[in-house]
Amino acid sequence: MFRSQVCRRTFGRLLATKQPTIGRYTGKPNPATGRYTVSFIEGDGVGPEISKSVKEIFSAAKVPVDWEVCEVKPLLVNGVTTIPEPAVKSINKNLIALKGPLATPIGKGHRSMNLTLRKTFGLFANVRPARSVEGFKTTYSDVDLVLIRENTEGEYAGIEHVIVPGVVQSIKLITREASERVIRYAYEYCRAVGRPRLVVVHKSTIQRLADGLFVTVAKEMASEFPDIKLETELIDNTVLNVVSNPGQYTDAVSVCPNLYGDILSDLNSGLSAGSLGLTPSGNIGHKVSIFEAVHGSAPDIAGQNKANPTALLLSSVMMLNHMGLNEYADRIEKAVLSTIAAGPETRTGDLAGSASTSSFTAAVIGKL
Amino acid sequence: MMSYRNSMVAKSAAKRTFASIATTEKVLPKKYGGRFVVTLIPGDGVGKEITDSVVSIFEAENLPIDWDRVDISGVDRKEDVKAAVDSLKRNKIGLKGIWHTNAADQAGGGSLNVALRKELDIYANVALFKSIEGVKTRIPNVDLVVIRENTEGEYSGLEHESVPGVVESLKIMTKAKTERIARFAFDFAKKYNRKAVTAVHKANIMKLGDGLFRNTVTRIGEGEYPDVKVDSIIVDNASMQTVAKPHQFDVLVTPSMYGTILGNIGAALIGGPGLVAGANFGREYAVFEPGSRHVGLDIKGQNIANPTAMILSAALMLNHLGLETSSARISKAVHEVIAEGKSTTKDIGGSSSTTDFTKAVIEKLSSYK
Repeated sequence: MFRSQVCRRTFGRLLATKQPTIGRYTGKPNPATGRYTVSFIEGDGVGPEISKSVKEIFSAAKVPVDWEVCEVKPLLVNGVTTIPEPAVKSINKNLIALKGPLATPIGKGHRSMNLTLRKTFGLFANVRPARSVEGFKTTYSDVDLVLIRENTEGEYAGIEHVIVPGVVQSIKLITREASERVIRYAYEYCRAVGRPRLVVVHKSTIQRLADGLFVTVAKEMASEFPDIKLETELIDNTVLNVVSNPGQYTDAVSVCPNLYGDILSDLNSGLSAGSLGLTPSGNIGHKVSIFEAVHGSAPDIAGQNKANPTALLLSSVMMLNHMGLNEYADRIEKAVLSTIAAGPETRTGDLAGSASTSSFTAAVIGKL
Repeated sequence: MMSYRNSMVAKSAAKRTFASIATTEKVLPKKYGGRFVVTLIPGDGVGKEITDSVVSIFEAENLPIDWDRVDISGVDRKEDVKAAVDSLKRNKIGLKGIWHTNAADQAGGGSLNVALRKELDIYANVALFKSIEGVKTRIPNVDLVVIRENTEGEYSGLEHESVPGVVESLKIMTKAKTERIARFAFDFAKKYNRKAVTAVHKANIMKLGDGLFRNTVTRIGEGEYPDVKVDSIIVDNASMQTVAKPHQFDVLVTPSMYGTILGNIGAALIGGPGLVAGANFGREYAVFEPGSRHVGLDIKGQNIANPTAMILSAALMLNHLGLETSSARISKAVHEVIAEGKSTTKDIGGSSSTTDFTKAVIEKLSSYK
């Protein structure tokens, strides 16, 4: 007890160890070896380098995980972006995956791979913690935010038409069903991590039906969660408050429709780290969950041993927590954070340090 | 007679779509006997207190402005915006606070603010985010402009419930309206000697709607304004970059929803919504209102609101009316009072009331020659 408090003070728990009752990992270890199998989408650009770092650190920490590497190159089947069959099979079998950055071809007309993954596996909730990393100074020092984003509909429904030349309508789709499952997950998440407030972010003054439905669903569900205080907040106020004083949300979890979640989660990363390089994320579905680094594939520095593997490492920590392998998660998280806190010589270039991907990895392994 | 005259105005306005300059005196602000008549709409929340502040400063300065006051409230929402629209159609220019809009699950209709902007087609919202000396912030020397489309996009107000539990909300983007907001942004950049215009979009997801916005701004910039740099950025990245490194941006041009988000980031960066000057422009009307549209219902009537945003918006209005000297004097006095830090309001770390701050500005003005 005492020891864990000391650890808490020294490093801070960046990532929650307890999990909500929905979207739990149901995979079992191999009875012969006691080891779990996890699908690994290494990704494009810097993906292979940072994936290598994760694998090395996992084996140094003796984590009982075997990787099943999946190739995910976008396929077009009947004009629809599709995930290659072997990858789908692997992920459906293992129920859990870790994913590096995938390049999205801009303006090629087809749907992004990330969106396709979410749709294929029904990953309805995106969990994005953003917390200041001790020892790495940014403009804001008291950031500890958790945001849950609806992942399947809203502005990302992908329904758009040109009505007449020069007039386009894009449809934002909000359904009770999708709102309910993400908001329920958010309530449960509040309980699991011990944050007593749920903040529903919306713009129902303008989108009275769409965002109105989202807010209504949250209010209807409030009676099931009397221990969680429900607040609704206009996105204007959320943005103003979080940038003025991020500290006022440390006891809260925010939940919002897709696009607001996309914008706010990146905004939160801007506050906590100044970039996406330290940001983990989890995509939760009822059956399958995929944990991913949300930064881009950075083709400009690919293969140069410069990339920062932290976001993927912290995503793997979230994954281990999700699988109930909390002790391993703890050790890796502490090793990563204390390596970053140690100073510029063990940080990579994006954090104004001088370390390479491999020397950073070696430093983390040293801490383990 | 009146209707004949109106139809003449309408006709000439239609004609002017193709003209390069406004040709008629009819679109200029009304001036009788050397005095301007300006529509004053205090709005809800702290609106009355902060417009009172402007009124007393203008009175002390003996400015040639007469107010045509319109009191409408969005809180009980008994009426629509007709009275305000009529007054603005007469006067062509107004100073406005923010009307409250009830959330969807409360009583009341939609936003009066949006209704007014659409009715008058004041399509361009300009909000200025410039650090003010004497206000403590985390990041110094912020100087950003957000220009936001006011009349379509996510604020189209077109929504329907297809079947129970399934709602569609339409975001409308048109080439014509995107072109005019783009030209407005580039013209603004040229006039105020700004170097770059950045279009904020989500074209990777809304490939048609936001794609139209991004491509149109880029095309107009590259084709018609070779001396202004044009760029584009995805809205989530823009938000992250703005809180971390705001100095990389100059003028941001956005569809309506993204403007709300970036505008509130900007407000938080410079010290709060009480400091942000702003205005809305159309071809015929100009309405000046604080750039960060917060009503302040929670601090209403307590005499603690910061009137700076409204005073600086009023200074922009004086500039628009050609009263540049008065505009500069008032703006200078406000900045000096804040820099001295003796009479500032609570939101920026002071302890003075709205009226004390106003008095300090008036005293400062009287100390100038």
